[in-house]
Amino acid sequence: MSDLENFREETRAWLAQNCPPEMRKPMRNEEDACWGGRNVEFTCEAQKVWLERMGERGWTAPEWPKEYGGGGLSREQAKILKEEMAAIKARSALMSFGIWMLGPALLKYGSEEQKKHYLPQIVRGEIRWCQGYSEPGAGSDLASLQTRCDDKGDHYEITGQKVWTSYADKSDWIFCLVRTDRDVPKHNGISFILFDMASEGVSTKPITLISGRSPFCETFFDQVKVPKENLVGTLNKGWDIAKYLLTHERAMIGDSGGGGGALGGRSIGQIAVDALGTDAQGRLADSALRADLARAEIDGWSFLLTMERMKDEAKAGQGIGARSSMLKYYGTELNKRRYELLMASKGHGALEWEGEASRDGELPRAWLRTKANSIEGGTSEVQLNIISKRILGLPAS
Amino acid sequence: MALVLNEEQEMLRDAAKGFLNEKAPVGALRKLRDDDDPLGWSRDLWSQMAEMGWAGILVPEEYGGIDYGMVGAGLIAQEMGRNLTASPFISTALMAVSALREGTDEQKEKWLPGIAEGKTIIAMAVDEGVKHDPAKTALSAQAHGNGYRLNGEKAYIIDGFDADALIVAARTSGEVGDEAGISLFIVEKAAAGMSSSRTKLLDSRNYAHTEFKDVDVAGDALIGSLDEGFALLERVLNVGRAGLAAEMLGASEQSFDMTMDYLKERKQFGVNVGSFQGLQHRSAHLYSEVELVKSAVLNALQMFSTAPDMAGAGAALAKAKAGEVGILAANEAVQMHGGIGMTDEFDIGFYMKRIRAAQELLGDYAFNANRLANLRGF
Repeated sequence: MSDLENFREETRAWLAQNCPPEMRKPMRNEEDACWGGRNVEFTCEAQKVWLERMGERGWTAPEWPKEYGGGGLSREQAKILKEEMAAIKARSALMSFGIWMLGPALLKYGSEEQKKHYLPQIVRGEIRWCQGYSEPGAGSDLASLQTRCDDKGDHYEITGQKVWTSYADKSDWIFCLVRTDRDVPKHNGISFILFDMASEGVSTKPITLISGRSPFCETFFDQVKVPKENLVGTLNKGWDIAKYLLTHERAMIGDSGGGGGALGGRSIGQIAVDALGTDAQGRLADSALRADLARAEIDGWSFLLTMERMKDEAKAGQGIGARSSMLKYYGTELNKRRYELLMASKGHGALEWEGEASRDGELPRAWLRTKANSIEGGTSEVQLNIISKRILGLPAS
Repeated sequence: MALVLNEEQEMLRDAAKGFLNEKAPVGALRKLRDDDDPLGWSRDLWSQMAEMGWAGILVPEEYGGIDYGMVGAGLIAQEMGRNLTASPFISTALMAVSALREGTDEQKEKWLPGIAEGKTIIAMAVDEGVKHDPAKTALSAQAHGNGYRLNGEKAYIIDGFDADALIVAARTSGEVGDEAGISLFIVEKAAAGMSSSRTKLLDSRNYAHTEFKDVDVAGDALIGSLDEGFALLERVLNVGRAGLAAEMLGASEQSFDMTMDYLKERKQFGVNVGSFQGLQHRSAHLYSEVELVKSAVLNALQMFSTAPDMAGAGAALAKAKAGEVGILAANEAVQMHGGIGMTDEFDIGFYMKRIRAAQELLGDYAFNANRLANLRGF
């Protein structure tokens, strides 16, 4: 048996023994997700046990080095872990901006002390992180951000406002872009810094969206004191980290376009069949909708393969680079299409906003949430600009 | 299997690129068209390709081939697409060989070495109507003496004109529209009662229309099982679909590259037209679509060896997506080139015509989308 086959056997056995039965069914909604953190409220004991066991093994961040608490797995092994988890319908033990975004940035730019301190906490889900990027005057033009960070000798002092901070009201710490030099071109005066959201002077205010939910906040900083060792990388070089991180964020948001996670692992075509039935040949009764669904599935499968290919190429030494903009653009636009089709498949039933049948409008609220996909993390139009400039080499307008 | 090429495959692709750029660029197709070449492809060029092993790329080594597999075959098809190279590669080297590989030892011995040498051309005769639909096979083959007697017509036979033999899908039982009751026969060019004419399509390639009037073949002309040839036929067509998808990927990439070059050089209003955001966003969208095609095509090619049972789905995905994006790439290329894109002197029109034909052959978008929907249970 090859090493990988051995690994698969071991993984399967470990999962069989350690993944609680309650964690072996698809999440019904956002409330079923575990985000960890100081104030975590587990929905059940099984969720707690599952996070502890996976965190201890480093499998919440399977490819991070073992010395920082990660799983130390190769890409092939990580793929096997994912497959074996999917085979028993195991849920993710931990949702985490720390794993998806901050961790990769720290691994590349953080000091040894920072890696040793922060990464293991992230793996175990002990600290929940949020991202302080956008500001009221800095959306697509992110580099024009104004939140100021002044050197006060033995500490930094931060004053300003962020917006669209995901789950800021529920997070323990923030990784934040701040302006440390106002007298240089905008990209050259930005730094990347970490601080505790419990610090004096930090306040948050949830923003109610068209879905009726509030996943984002306005976040205010009023003379927040931050220790100097919390700066990541070089002073005034934070834009490099921001760009690197945006690459990860874009790949992550794009990811939501291909998978069927929120749909309980069922294809949109199958969901439509459940809702509308089939004709004598077993085809979806609505032939025009069937054609649209087929088109979305063709694009969805092709997109999933493209994400796989990009990961494989990255591993073979051809970095993803600006191609993450392609994944972000295509994945989010695809996700919006899929939700339009889900809405069409469920007809009037998809319009119910309150009531048990719809679990208080779960589908229409999720549909509305997808509209932000092509705005957050850089709009589709910004992604197309990046592709034009950095991949196609078309001249600036 | 990782969705990347290995070193050996990259070398094959580079060799194909170099050879085709030099020997069979778009200008070669233009010349075949302008000369009204009776065959539509060059025997001399095909011999050279055979010497490099391309004609025998799927032929087992014991019959003189290199048995390299579909990933390599797809890379060659892709480079042929970039250059619009006319050759019987997909008809003979991919499809006919795939059919004969499932034939008897005698059939292999008789046909495969000649194919690998580039001397024997064999085409698949499947369609009878204007849309690809193998189950609608009506051409009949009835038991006659020790063999079979064929009656009917076949149309749009890829590279079928002047081919040494045709592999004919015939109805031996059942009704038109049934998958059961179809059998495959290899019929030699010299067979009495068979007459072929060339059908000229917009892409200037070789297609035949063939009539069968009491064409008698021996019992050993049957490839595979009697009445149960549909599954074999599908396996063969899937190879062709993946090959055409790879070819369309190459043609789309080349159209796209030509268009990007043009956007960077053409000036209007005192600036490069490529600086206009209206064109940039369309270009970036098209780039993204072509990236999806690359993934779908490579996946389809790999599936023939890694997941043969699912290769039909992979080929349907690749054929549908490559056809859809090919049309978009050609349309955008002509539009972004403006007036010059409409001229026969400029090459882009050749790409538009070939893509239009290739996306129709062996099943268009709707055909493949329909099968995927069936497979996915809706």
